Amino acid sequence: MKKKGLSTKDVVAIGIGAAVFLILFKFVAIPTGIPNTQVNVAQSWLSLISILFSPMVGFFVAILGHSLNDAISYGSIWWSWVIADGCYAFIFALLVKRAHLLKGALNFWKVAWFNISQLIANLIAWLLIAPTLDIVIYAEPANKVYLQGGLSVIVNVISTGIIGTTLLSLYLKNKGQQTLLRKED
Amino acid sequence: MNDFLGYQERDSFIHKMNGTSKLIVFILLTVAGILSFDMRFLIGLTVFSALVLYFSKISWKSIRVLVYLTVIFAVLNLLLIYVFAPHYGVELYHSKTVLLGSGYYALTSQQIFYELLVLLKYCFSVPLSLAFLLTTQPSQLAAGLNKVGVSYKVAYAFSLTLRYLPTIQDEFQTTRKVQEARGFALGKKASLGKKLVASTRLLLALAFSTLEKVETISEAMALRRFGKKKKRTWYYAQSWHLADWIGLLFGIALLALAILLVSVDGGRFWNPFA
Repeated sequence: MKKKGLSTKDVVAIGIGAAVFLILFKFVAIPTGIPNTQVNVAQSWLSLISILFSPMVGFFVAILGHSLNDAISYGSIWWSWVIADGCYAFIFALLVKRAHLLKGALNFWKVAWFNISQLIANLIAWLLIAPTLDIVIYAEPANKVYLQGGLSVIVNVISTGIIGTTLLSLYLKNKGQQTLLRKED
Repeated sequence: MNDFLGYQERDSFIHKMNGTSKLIVFILLTVAGILSFDMRFLIGLTVFSALVLYFSKISWKSIRVLVYLTVIFAVLNLLLIYVFAPHYGVELYHSKTVLLGSGYYALTSQQIFYELLVLLKYCFSVPLSLAFLLTTQPSQLAAGLNKVGVSYKVAYAFSLTLRYLPTIQDEFQTTRKVQEARGFALGKKASLGKKLVASTRLLLALAFSTLEKVETISEAMALRRFGKKKKRTWYYAQSWHLADWIGLLFGIALLALAILLVSVDGGRFWNPFA
């Protein structure tokens, strides 16, 4: 049985993970050519952290990292997107848990599982949660927020598909595959 | 490169309030401002938060860039709303007063009124968050989070984030330079494909060094018996003084007013066109 709640390592992973998330969010954004849409490398980092640790860790990394980034670079926190980002990490981590991505080498099925999970999680987070909260919290017009959500889904799915998948495979190749797993006690 | 806003040491009564009470007041006012779409209330709240920022003695120079950025962002958002929903105000207020033009993009006073509300939401929240963030020491904020009911592990993770932000930033810059030296630049001139490769390499290098840090720090914390008990005391926890209670009173009163207005106006929106 696993111990309930967050372990010490989880706490540190959240703290440091959120700091990295914030730095990536702020400094590495690749413009796509479409205004206001950029490939966010931070999203791939979030996916990796969620795989390595737990859904809860992913959730808090996104919540802390995203809200802190909003606060120190815009001065105000856009809560609906912060919550959606947290939900993305949580849902994604739950979905990939069964794939045991960290055990053994990466194969076609694992890559497919990874990408289908991120697709589902992105759809739920950005096409369902974020726009709905935008409407409930900020009373914004529906067609505008759904369009923004849809664009985010496309950008996030493609960027996680390319950068996230590459990152995971390189990570597994470079790390002696199981070392970062926790002991099952 | 120092693009981050952080705690500024000043001598003001807002600085003297403790982290917990400031956090509670911040949450109360944020909820009140988000809840209400009453123009009168939002103007009042904006004036209030501007006063708070003024009294906190934060220098304009330090927040200038951020305010400009936010203004651009807010204007962009207002334009987007207009482009996608030029009739939203008419729908909200059930009346239509055309001021300019005709057809789909005719400018109505209802639309202007709604967009002003959206603008006011930025106007109240930015000074409020700045006044809160820049007058609260990170460690006090973490202690405050825990006192408000957030689990101490999460509060501690939060203070770790704040503590390691500069370290990670340094490391990020170094890693980026190393990658650049090896021919993987993230510069403006590189093609999209090159940028993808460069950023993936950067991310991988950063991931390994960071995960190693996680190991070291968590071992050090385990050695100091972190997480063995259900509770935790905070070195930076502070006691409550008069200013804290007054602040709390203001927060509760304003939130109560916002809730009262919702019931008076018969919804979150106040309709001056009815």
